[in-house]
Amino acid sequence: MAHVAFGVVAAIAVASALGLVLRRNAIHGALFLVVNLGAIAVLYATLGAEFLAWAQVIVYAGAIMVLFVFAIMVLIPGKEETGPDPRRAWRLLALPAGALLFLQLLFVVGGRRSTAATASPAVGGSVESIARLLFTQYLFPFELTSVLLLAAMVGVLLLARRKV
Amino acid sequence: MVPESYYVGLSAILFTIGVVGVVIRRNPLVMFMSIELMLNAANLALVAFGRRVGNPDGQAVAFFVMAVAAAEVAVGLAIIVTIFRLRRRLSVDDLSLMRW
Repeated sequence: MAHVAFGVVAAIAVASALGLVLRRNAIHGALFLVVNLGAIAVLYATLGAEFLAWAQVIVYAGAIMVLFVFAIMVLIPGKEETGPDPRRAWRLLALPAGALLFLQLLFVVGGRRSTAATASPAVGGSVESIARLLFTQYLFPFELTSVLLLAAMVGVLLLARRKV
Repeated sequence: MVPESYYVGLSAILFTIGVVGVVIRRNPLVMFMSIELMLNAANLALVAFGRRVGNPDGQAVAFFVMAVAAAEVAVGLAIIVTIFRLRRRLSVDDLSLMRW
């Protein structure tokens, strides 16, 4: 049962990722990406990471994708990729290169399957366990993240001014 | 229980699709979305490895990746909007110079 559910969600994730890459229309790509992020949130939930699943929905599918859709609407896409591609041969090289990269990833990841036979059932993914970790062991990176977000916010305001 | 290697394999597939998307597309917005795809694949691998090891540290790191991705998207989209405002075109082939 769990395998079937994983297969369905994984198929949705891969199909929506392919849709993002292969569709010409950028707004369709954005909607495919929303589907993909939702599927990954479901996978987080099946892995026991409840907090991360909700954060994924709120931060990614909520905030980041709204920003993307807004930018796509502002920039009026769909005109720039209709003409013939001047570097089509070079871009088609991406397919064998991508296949090679995928094989390398599988080689690296699949090479050490024997060491992890024990499935550990009790990994706390609740808000409490994550918060305990974030506010004790990872307190300094957590504060750095807040500084980073503030810097990004100020930088965006500076970049988006009308007179640059 | 589904073994972690399935999740990691799915993560590898999604990462590869993201890499190919960055290379074959010309629209910088779609390239950015492909980068988000890659970040999510890495996050999925982190969470899966965290379950394999047996502690929630992987999830904490994935949380940081999420925050950094939010900052990156905000700055990147601001840069793209500024470039579009200056150039009136939006193809990465035209953007080989940092200054013009």
